[in-house]
Amino acid sequence: MATRIYVPKDATALSLGADEVAAAIAAAASSHTLVRNGSRGMLWLEPLVEVETPAGRVGYGPVAAGDVPGVLAAIANEGAHPLCIGLVEEHPYLKSQQRLTFARVGVVDPASVSDYLAHGGYEGLQKALAMAPAEVVKTVTDSGLRGRGGAAFPTGIKWKTVHDQLAPQKYVTCNADEGDSGTFADRMLMEGDPLTLIEGMTIAAVAVGATQGYIYCRVEYPEAIAALRTAIAAANAAGYLGANLCGSGKQFDLDVRVAAGAYICGEETSMLESLEGKRGEVRVRPPLPAIKGLFGCPTVVNNVISLASVPVILAKGAEHYKNFGVGRSMGTLPLQLAGNLKRGGLVERAFGVTLRELLYDYGGGSVSGRPLKAVQVGGPLGAYVPVAHFDTPIDYEAFAAVGALVGHGGIVAFDDSADMAQLARYAFEFCAVESCGKCTPCRIGSTRGANVIDGMLAGDRPDEQRRLLDDLCETMIQGSLCGLGGMTPFPVQSALKHFPEDFAPRRRH
Amino acid sequence: MQGDSHVSSAEAHEQAAVESAIERFGQQPGPLLVVLHGVQDALGYIPPTGIPRIAAALNLSRAEVHGVVTFYHYFRTHPPGRHVVQVCRAEACQARGGAALEAHAKARLGIDFHETTADGATTLEAVYCLGNCATGPAVRIDGRLHSAVTPARFDALVAGQEAK
Ligand SMILES: Cc1cc2nc3c(=O)[nH]c(=O)nc-3n(C[C@H](O)[C@H](O)[C@H](O)COP(=O)(O)O)c2cc1C
Ligand code: SF4
Ligand code: FES
Repeated sequence: MATRIYVPKDATALSLGADEVAAAIAAAASSHTLVRNGSRGMLWLEPLVEVETPAGRVGYGPVAAGDVPGVLAAIANEGAHPLCIGLVEEHPYLKSQQRLTFARVGVVDPASVSDYLAHGGYEGLQKALAMAPAEVVKTVTDSGLRGRGGAAFPTGIKWKTVHDQLAPQKYVTCNADEGDSGTFADRMLMEGDPLTLIEGMTIAAVAVGATQGYIYCRVEYPEAIAALRTAIAAANAAGYLGANLCGSGKQFDLDVRVAAGAYICGEETSMLESLEGKRGEVRVRPPLPAIKGLFGCPTVVNNVISLASVPVILAKGAEHYKNFGVGRSMGTLPLQLAGNLKRGGLVERAFGVTLRELLYDYGGGSVSGRPLKAVQVGGPLGAYVPVAHFDTPIDYEAFAAVGALVGHGGIVAFDDSADMAQLARYAFEFCAVESCGKCTPCRIGSTRGANVIDGMLAGDRPDEQRRLLDDLCETMIQGSLCGLGGMTPFPVQSALKHFPEDFAPRRRH
Repeated sequence: MQGDSHVSSAEAHEQAAVESAIERFGQQPGPLLVVLHGVQDALGYIPPTGIPRIAAALNLSRAEVHGVVTFYHYFRTHPPGRHVVQVCRAEACQARGGAALEAHAKARLGIDFHETTADGATTLEAVYCLGNCATGPAVRIDGRLHSAVTPARFDALVAGQEAK
């Protein structure tokens, strides 16, 4: 039998030469079946080549095209190789994880419905189709799942609102705009196991009575867009999408819509405007999207990870999911270790794991070898967390208590060379670039904020500038319609609070 | 393009791309972004002369179409250089040397973000996260993503691309 060899097609793996490795394997060995899987999330080992053996999948990484002959020889002779990491699933980085949402990512062939079914796929949808829609909604509510896009709103409660509307047309939309720096969980899931997202959206549609869905995916993710389109076509062909889902008589059609490089379109009402083909200006609420969303119809808007967590909740039950986690943060969160870390990647753990465990036990500390200084959690609107708070558990309420944000679970580590004043300035600059322009504090205040920091650093009446900066932050927090203007002050204020010395006047070069 | 015949053939090419995008995508609900993507996929930019035609076909005002084109960072109204180099400016790449790379890229190419080198070879663009945040600094060149782009590696990648 031909040996199965896996070479990831994940974007990070591709950026490190995975296509060249796959081509070298294909050229060298015709007796192998080559599968292009997603990434296991041990990104420092990419391209991670895996080979199926009777004992399990054995990994080699990071493999360059030039290593391929040696790796193939080691595979053929079952011999040693310096890049061999042994059984992939025994690797401590993976073995200690609690993979529910990411259970199949890196394991399956993302383009294959039969592989998906062989790994427990569509068990959740089959259960949902056998239940009353209200029961499906209740299961999601009981699981404790909260939105993974940032706001942590209970998913089941949102679905119930849409379910309860009487309307001829409803929609399920997936927010795959993933604009936060330091986040790539949505991307990895869409590339590595897109059928899980598709199944989650289909369950949502069955639960709320929607017949059309859209995945709004950022244009910066061409690999994910291609993987989604392939998987949607495969699901349609296999009868898991379309006019008669699994013979249930229910309809659900799903399309990918490509965004156009505006961070604000990740805000849900801006995303809906964009899906309607308009400028991505934030809508005033009420009405809620669940009542009047896309084209004025009741609409579910959920993040990729929220939706992709639904299949396992339906398949294994609300209790199973809920038993992971702490307090009101239930289930697991796929955390993304990014920035200056030795072992960056994806770590799915139950809530309650601490920042310190993530940064040192998984991340291995800084890649530069210098001490860590701060982490930014939850994207560009998240606070900078100093070393003193590294024992904070990943838990929505515990993070709020130290003035920080869990958000989408991106963790960006900085070593002691980081310039917190420049990072604060960048927060304003980013807000100025990405503001939708609707509110003055956000549109004008952001540019003003960058100038004020420049003034402080130049030693131009620093105390006065500091007062100005505090006022400006307050004005933005109070006077902004959405989180872009309203939360940009959080990274700034946290940098000022924890690293005041970085804002001292500097001598010009 | 120099001669008049080139200009008109370029315009005919633009018009054909606009018509094709309208025909293929114009029937979708809320179609404007989809149509604009169709045009930019075909041409690399959205020709301002196409805006009145798109507006008429989708029953929108020219101001609405123009407003959408200018709102989104991704859409361009001018042809880019033969190569497009996107450098990630966001925090996780900054944590791995992104600011130095950004300065180097501008100096190496002799242009600022959103400019094209005088010989028309390369357009430099700022992007805010490519989802490649564990192995940065990240750069995308003509659609191909790269990790751990040091200044020296940037030079090698750009030189390799310019040689193509
Ligand atoms: C400025 C801004 C940007 C946002 N970007 C995203 C994003 O890229 N992806 C996302 O899922 N949610 C994003 N959100 C949150 C959405 O508004 C919304 O809460 C979310 O999509 C709801 O899905 P969930 O309940 O499943 O999290 C953003 C919010 C703001 C204010
Ligand atoms: S805060 Fe900024 S991005 Fe948000 S609605 Fe106001 S202007 Fe737009
Ligand atoms: S921050 Fe640069 S790729 Fe994400």
